[in-house]
Amino acid sequence: MIVPGASSSLPAPSMAEGASWIGFRTLLYKENLRFWKVSFQTIVAPVLTGVLYLLVFGHVLDARVQPFAGVRYSSFLVPGLVMMSILQNAFANSSSSLIQSKIMGNLVFLLLPPLSELQFFCAYVLASVLRGLAVGLGVFAVTVWFAPASFEAPIWIPVFAFAGAALMGVLGLIAGIVSDKFDQLAAFQNFIIVPATFLSGVFYSVHGLPAFWQAFSHANPFFYMIDGFRYGFFAQSDVSPWLSLLVVTLAVGVASAIALLMLRRGYKLRT
Amino acid sequence: MSTAAIDVSALTKRYARITALDAIDLVVGQGEFFGLLGPNGAGKTTLISIIAGLTRATSGRVRVMGHDVADDYRSARRSLGVVPQELVFDPFFTVREMLRIQSGYFGLTHNDAWIDEIMANLDLVGKAEANMRTLSGGMKRRVLVAQALVHRPPVIVLDEPTAGVDVELRRGLWHFIERLNRDGHTIVLTTHYLEEAQQMCSRIAMLKAGRIVALESTRDLLRRIGGIQVAIRLRGALPPKLRDQVIEEEPERVVLRLSHPRDVGAALQACRDFGSDVEDLEVGPADLEDVFLRVMSENPARSLA
Repeated sequence: MIVPGASSSLPAPSMAEGASWIGFRTLLYKENLRFWKVSFQTIVAPVLTGVLYLLVFGHVLDARVQPFAGVRYSSFLVPGLVMMSILQNAFANSSSSLIQSKIMGNLVFLLLPPLSELQFFCAYVLASVLRGLAVGLGVFAVTVWFAPASFEAPIWIPVFAFAGAALMGVLGLIAGIVSDKFDQLAAFQNFIIVPATFLSGVFYSVHGLPAFWQAFSHANPFFYMIDGFRYGFFAQSDVSPWLSLLVVTLAVGVASAIALLMLRRGYKLRT
Repeated sequence: MSTAAIDVSALTKRYARITALDAIDLVVGQGEFFGLLGPNGAGKTTLISIIAGLTRATSGRVRVMGHDVADDYRSARRSLGVVPQELVFDPFFTVREMLRIQSGYFGLTHNDAWIDEIMANLDLVGKAEANMRTLSGGMKRRVLVAQALVHRPPVIVLDEPTAGVDVELRRGLWHFIERLNRDGHTIVLTTHYLEEAQQMCSRIAMLKAGRIVALESTRDLLRRIGGIQVAIRLRGALPPKLRDQVIEEEPERVVLRLSHPRDVGAALQACRDFGSDVEDLEVGPADLEDVFLRVMSENPARSLA
């Protein structure tokens, strides 16, 4: 007998206690296992990139630039690099996982089970947050040896790390849903995410910019993530961390609403 | 009356300018071994995709074990196991990881005993720890079948499960699926191997251009549409009045389709009257391929626009 207890009128399997939770947990586990299995590429490589940025820019600019009073350029740069790594990797995680599943066709394994859009959303975003934080911690653990760190308002550090990673995880999810091909996703990454991170004050304080570019930076939500995150280290920032938190939270809310709506409608996932 | 395994009513699916399914009605009872046949583009995969929730219907309803696939999708999907047509796999994981993960998506933990049993039945035990990437096409197909079964669904849909599969695996696969059917699982099968469908399926629906053009038990379908086949070796020419019944013709042998066994005598008499001697005679049932071709030719394609 292959199916114990089977009869000619098999009842539909009853919904196990906590089945939704198990479904979410499994998808989260699978997403984490996926990036962990290729951690050389997903964690070690971005850490190395972050360190290279610090070595090159820190070496060239340490003696010439002092963005905040009493803060060395290298020390100023570290939180920016950590946050940039968190953001870029959180985005890369959800977007590349989804586009790979779409192109390989194995997305069907997620579309056939009784997973809700909320489970799908939370698992993908949380896995992105975890990858972002893993890379961020890695970058910090290595770069801190080259530039001393201070923690003047430490509570803001995890708050912005988490909120920023979540926003990028959600944006990655949207990009993964919308894209049908790798080059469309690459366009998202190269023409939106990379410029927005580079022009957000990772490498400089926007205070030093001409008025026009300052105003331009203030329209970039990435600026608030980096500025707020940096506040946790130096208790100095270009704008109030509360304003930054408000902007980032609003951005997370709007992006999440869009992503959830896409998932509910099955946009580009269910024909 | 017990709940139908699959209940499709007035199901229509339109893509921009094409009607893929046109007001389909179909009920598959629990425990049936049901065949869904049709040429490429007839709408079989679209129908299966709507049943599985992968595609959304333009109008109409589909229920799996009484659960609406849209309104009550969780219960419907829990009742259904689908083996997709495409040979898809996730290159990051091993076979066992894949089956555990798939179990988890259905809310099941500690499913290893059942996973081991499925793997044993599909001859996958030796590959349990192998990465999906390293498996041959046939092995990947077996994993797809295993994935569809992790949650012990009462209804199992197989979309061309034996396409590109070697004879040995095909035999093993059918053996296993027959056992599942005997144990009460409803099986819905699409295949281009009509011999398989004839052998396995108790009831058959034929689709053409988004419509069901035949729906009855395999036996009735063969008898009603196929009739019987008579192969005759003749010395002399075939009488012109039998021309219409010829389905195969070789230099000294013709195969006729007759609608009833009692027509055999009349056909032989016609040959004798025409002055041709019947040297050899073989009478047998029609096969599904012949029925399929007849059904398809009798229902000319409509305009799909």
